[in-house]
Amino acid sequence: MALSNEQIERYSRHIILKEVGAKGQKKLLNAKVLIIGAGGLGAPAAMYLAAAGVGTIGIVDADEVDLSNLQRQIIHSTQDVGKAKVQSAKETINALNPDVTVHTYREFVDSSNIMELIEPYDFIIDGTDNFPAKFLINDACVLAKKPFSHAGIIRFQGQLMTYVPGQGPCYRCVFENPPPKDSVPTCKQAGVIGAMGGVIGSLQAMEAIKYLIGKGELLTGSLLTYDALTMTFRKIKLPKHVANCAVCGDHPTILEPIDYEQAECDGLCLTD
Amino acid sequence: MAEYNITDTVDITDVVCPVTFVKAKVALEELDEGEILSIRMNDGEPVRNVPRSIKEEGHQILKLIDNQDGTYNLIVRKTEEE
Repeated sequence: MALSNEQIERYSRHIILKEVGAKGQKKLLNAKVLIIGAGGLGAPAAMYLAAAGVGTIGIVDADEVDLSNLQRQIIHSTQDVGKAKVQSAKETINALNPDVTVHTYREFVDSSNIMELIEPYDFIIDGTDNFPAKFLINDACVLAKKPFSHAGIIRFQGQLMTYVPGQGPCYRCVFENPPPKDSVPTCKQAGVIGAMGGVIGSLQAMEAIKYLIGKGELLTGSLLTYDALTMTFRKIKLPKHVANCAVCGDHPTILEPIDYEQAECDGLCLTD
Repeated sequence: MAEYNITDTVDITDVVCPVTFVKAKVALEELDEGEILSIRMNDGEPVRNVPRSIKEEGHQILKLIDNQDGTYNLIVRKTEEE
């Protein structure tokens, strides 16, 4: 359980920090984070969590690496095109930090597998690119009492919020239901600036790290939005408790995960 | 050093900044409140910086002993900040 000399050197810039120390670093090494989606958000999030020494990282994605992914999904390289994203991500993480055990799940999340997937993990990162998955992850995390980071990116915009059981609203408290199909452009149609995934995905990693070491304030009860063109961050205060939320309200009607009809999306979507 | 009841010792003469302080900090985290650590360090940069960093963490510096061989022993009492 003591840190090795190599670990002391590798994590020296963490250990120096008063808020981390050897104690916090050991918490990270013992922590388990599940990243759903190894794309624009999941790629940087996974890399920073791996570099930070999060001991167990799970990655869920059914897709293969496509050439058009490489403009933003920095965990994959040109030579990985055609390879399963989870495999490509695992190889990158293994090369980066041998302290990390990577579990890969080559599947899409749905109501049949989500509860089982999140069960062993301490924190979940939603790096998905479509609304059905985002609502599914939210509902599952609320039902299983798991903390998670929501995020979405499109064009030059991004947003994120953090859910911790009992400490503020969930994603459904804020957005209620997925938008009607075809009412919102996908990133394949709308485009997304590559570095946006880096900004927002890194913020997700930061939220996970702060939660795991138990330091600082999280984005619970707030939605952070980022507009790169106007260079504006806005922290929008959310209601503490939404009594009529279908999943975390006073009389929930959603008692198990549900599947919405999937709108195909290649990037990450949110209303803009 | 007999005047102090030293719980543990750590040698940081084999590493350079900032791992010097990091190694000392890790050793201090292993101790309980009030226990005493003796840190052996090189003259020069370590002896100038490590005691200051340890003090900033809230620990109590008891003594700096010159070993007359280019190294020093820093005697520190662990003090919890929280």
